[in-house]
Amino acid sequence: MNYAAPQSIAEAVAALAADPGVACALAGGTDLIVQMQAGRRHPGLVIDLKRIAELNEVRSLPDGSWRLGAAVPAAALVGNAALATAWPGVTEAVDLIGSMQVQSRATPAGNLCNASPAADSVPALIAAGATVEIASAEGLRFAPVETVPVGPGRTSLEAGEIVTAILLPPRPARAADAYLRLIPRSEMDIAIAGAGVSLELDDSGTCVKARVALGAVAPTVRLAPLAAAALIGTRLDDAALEAAAGAARAMCDPIDDKRGTAAYRTRMAGVLVKRAARLAQTRAMARG
Amino acid sequence: MAKIHVKTTVNGDPAEFLCAPGQTLLSALRDTLHLTGTKEGCGSGDCGACSVEMDGRVVCACLVLAAEAEGRQITTVEGLATPEGLHPVQQRFLEEAALQCGFCTPGFMVAAKALLDRNPDPDETEIRFWLAGNLCRCTGYDKIVRAVQKAAADLRAQDSA
Repeated sequence: MNYAAPQSIAEAVAALAADPGVACALAGGTDLIVQMQAGRRHPGLVIDLKRIAELNEVRSLPDGSWRLGAAVPAAALVGNAALATAWPGVTEAVDLIGSMQVQSRATPAGNLCNASPAADSVPALIAAGATVEIASAEGLRFAPVETVPVGPGRTSLEAGEIVTAILLPPRPARAADAYLRLIPRSEMDIAIAGAGVSLELDDSGTCVKARVALGAVAPTVRLAPLAAAALIGTRLDDAALEAAAGAARAMCDPIDDKRGTAAYRTRMAGVLVKRAARLAQTRAMARG
Repeated sequence: MAKIHVKTTVNGDPAEFLCAPGQTLLSALRDTLHLTGTKEGCGSGDCGACSVEMDGRVVCACLVLAAEAEGRQITTVEGLATPEGLHPVQQRFLEEAALQCGFCTPGFMVAAKALLDRNPDPDETEIRFWLAGNLCRCTGYDKIVRAVQKAAADLRAQDSA
């Protein structure tokens, strides 16, 4: 194996293109290095993205959108007060990834590309309507976050492509998001189920836009459009929340394992959707 | 396979070493630089026994490639004490008997010092959440929490003196 630490995206994609299939991008390393040490991955070349200045930046853009460089660790995102105000759900999801030590290194882009069905930041990013910027020798392309994972440990990225940034859209005034997960303990565990909800409300408090995403209840994190549709046009009364929970449960296709049975995961996914929707609503109302 | 020449700073002193591309920082610290205070517990980032500071953030040295240390500032448990004496975190771990086998202790002390650098008066919940990535299978954590609280009080007293 070789190690390269390019200084620019152009250098990184050139290195990747020279060794397609055997080269691997390294962001925080909290998944990749564990997999290499365990002998589960054998990259011929590890391309460290952390020396690329652009990938270490968090930028708040004039139109209200955000650009999160792919090498920015969770700790830097969680410590960004303006980001936490704009995207409280994304921030709380990132803050649930691993320990303090892991958050010093782990990145949401890596969380996404590792493609675990239980990745905590991914349901929140999908609910937020986030997009990834993907670089290759051919240039840049953009893709919705929900199109990246295609199965446990598998993504839609082509050989030679790297995620260079996560983009969060502009936020209207009365909008907020939330992410909730269930784990067997109070800290440091993998989700049994997770739900991200992002809402936009009008002046009367009626939900005009919603996105709902579910984690740990299917081979990939899933967008749940019918759950969102059950919220739109309502004021999130109990009947609307029950309908959203039912639609979310209908999308679940979980595994049974030591953390929870498939039936329990499915049941709890609905509960988490209701609670996350209520939390996002409370946050949105508090904004005006 | 060509070795990589790394120039870094460890505990305030310049350090240079050669490493294999896949070698971890933990291995370079222990096996190459002979700084064996940093321990290998799980080797997968779960236990925190190999906690070190890199550019001001606590990381698991088992989850860092040695080559990544180029140009960085590393602080290990060997860097906590000064010629004047032990760091208050070390002193209080001793006095409060916040260890039994001691294997997890260097990682706990590096993590605890980083907490007190950021927050001079953490409450018990903040201490327990900050240290959730450091596992101790002997003490049950209560003595560790008390040692950190007393070290925090010592540091506050030093600052106000």
